Amino acid sequence: MTDTRTTPPREAPPGPRPAAGRRRGALRTYWPHYLAISPFYLLFLVFGLVPVLFSLYLAFQHWDGIGDMQFVGLRNFQFLMKDSTFWLSLYNTFVIWIMSTVPMLFLALVVAVLLNSSVRFTSFYRIAYFIPNVTSLVAIAIVFGAVFSTNQGLINAILGWLHIGAVPWLSNEWTIKVVIASLITWQWTGYNAILYLAGLQAIPTEMYEAAKIDGAGPVQTFFRITIPQLRPIILFTVVVSTINGMQTFTEPQVLFGGNASINPNSGGPGQAGLTAILYFYREAFSNNDYGYGAAIAWAVFVVILLFTAINWRLVQRREKGSA
Amino acid sequence: MTATRLKKLALHLAMLVGVLISLFPFYWTAVMATNTTRDMYRTPPKLVFGPELFSNIARVFENIDFMGSLLNTVIVACCTTVLVLFFDSLAAFTFAKYQFPGSRALFGVLLLTFMLPAQLSLIPQFVVMVNIGWVGTIKALIIPASANAFGIFWMRQYIKGAVPDELIAAARLDGAGFFRQYWNVALPVIRPGLAFLGIFTFIGAWNDYAWPLIVLTDPSNVTLQVALSQLNTSHNTDFSMVMAGALLAIAPLVVVFAVFARSFVADAMKGALRG
Repeated sequence: MTDTRTTPPREAPPGPRPAAGRRRGALRTYWPHYLAISPFYLLFLVFGLVPVLFSLYLAFQHWDGIGDMQFVGLRNFQFLMKDSTFWLSLYNTFVIWIMSTVPMLFLALVVAVLLNSSVRFTSFYRIAYFIPNVTSLVAIAIVFGAVFSTNQGLINAILGWLHIGAVPWLSNEWTIKVVIASLITWQWTGYNAILYLAGLQAIPTEMYEAAKIDGAGPVQTFFRITIPQLRPIILFTVVVSTINGMQTFTEPQVLFGGNASINPNSGGPGQAGLTAILYFYREAFSNNDYGYGAAIAWAVFVVILLFTAINWRLVQRREKGSA
Repeated sequence: MTATRLKKLALHLAMLVGVLISLFPFYWTAVMATNTTRDMYRTPPKLVFGPELFSNIARVFENIDFMGSLLNTVIVACCTTVLVLFFDSLAAFTFAKYQFPGSRALFGVLLLTFMLPAQLSLIPQFVVMVNIGWVGTIKALIIPASANAFGIFWMRQYIKGAVPDELIAAARLDGAGFFRQYWNVALPVIRPGLAFLGIFTFIGAWNDYAWPLIVLTDPSNVTLQVALSQLNTSHNTDFSMVMAGALLAIAPLVVVFAVFARSFVADAMKGALRG
């Protein structure tokens, strides 16, 4: 144990070495290190890697979770391509994602710029904006359901007071998505604003001073310096929002879980709030169709990868274009 | 200089509108939880606190096993946090300060696991739990979550900056072995980093919903979030009672967050810059 190093050894000397002997020697020398990092890898093996491989296998089986598995080849995926509910759930997920991500990231940038320019009370503002992000999603989804309730909700009460008719927020195809998107926006704007603020504070002030000397106005400075400098963080927030947005589940599950007139996992009237992961949950754990559930999960995974790649390219190219 | 003063005032006004939107749902939860459902139906609705909080809470206690689910949540959140802090910081310390055969490749594998989405493994993970007999128990929530790639990655970045190499070298000269170096040298220095990761983990475990919903198959033995969802599903006409439940689920976390908020938000910002 005395020869463990804190500084990395330089390139190993060239020449052949007996690989097995070296490995055994390394184990004898470095066993505490391997032991120290082992918990993560063991847990990942048992609860991560093996399950993921098993789910790939499952996607080609018909299985209700109790009886025997039955190999069905590509049938799950063929059915998936023709399953209009699956396509509806993808469409819903996508619409909700756009309706939440665009205003969320825009507002976050505005908040961050404001926070960056106000000198006093910044830590109070930061905390106040961050609190929604640490709040129980189940609880706050219930609260939003109450606020947007058609008969006793606060929003409709205000609309009534302004002599505007009540809006059936939780039963119309579009307003259902508006409610879910506003919930996501409320919970994540502050989080993204804090990230942007961190990026803004890292921009060296000399850059702004140089721009000022060159006679650049505030708008020019914003688009020529601030945005390009924020590029890595914008990319990060877009990728995270895409991955999170494509996996929206709790919001519609809780919002419509209390609606006794419909299936609690149907995403509301007309299935307008049925997201892809909620559909996956319903098929796998409510209808016990594990094989088909696994097929949905893999399809959603491919969609997430695709969207993330597209967004990555889009943000990078746009930044390159403006830089 | 009244122009700049006006500008400052407008700025703060704009910021305060945002704060209002951020905090209003909490206020409104409290309003609904302290009034009766009938008060909510009135036009115009009641906008201020009422005297009904305790009767609403009493009905929450009648309808769900609140204390039992709260206890489950507290156990899950505390155990997960302690295990994550130990396993993640130990692995992070190893990756940050030592080179050993395969260390780079192993760290690369760790970063790759970020890419695997959780829902892919939900079904088979559930099957694993069935086979080892953990379905319906809170072990199924704690053990799989007790070490994670994000925490190791974050702590590694933190330890790289916080623990000087000389300190470890000095400890080694004094004859301290690897685990002593971790326990006696690194741990005391990285306390602020542990505080951040601890709160982050605690909040995540407290609010987790999808996995407990799936794996806790016995409706009488669930976590607070699942119990709250049950309450909403079965008693959604009793608005004020459900809101009292929501208030009880939110309040402890807001307190935890308020105590640590200042450094927590600052650390979250630092982590963003590194990531």
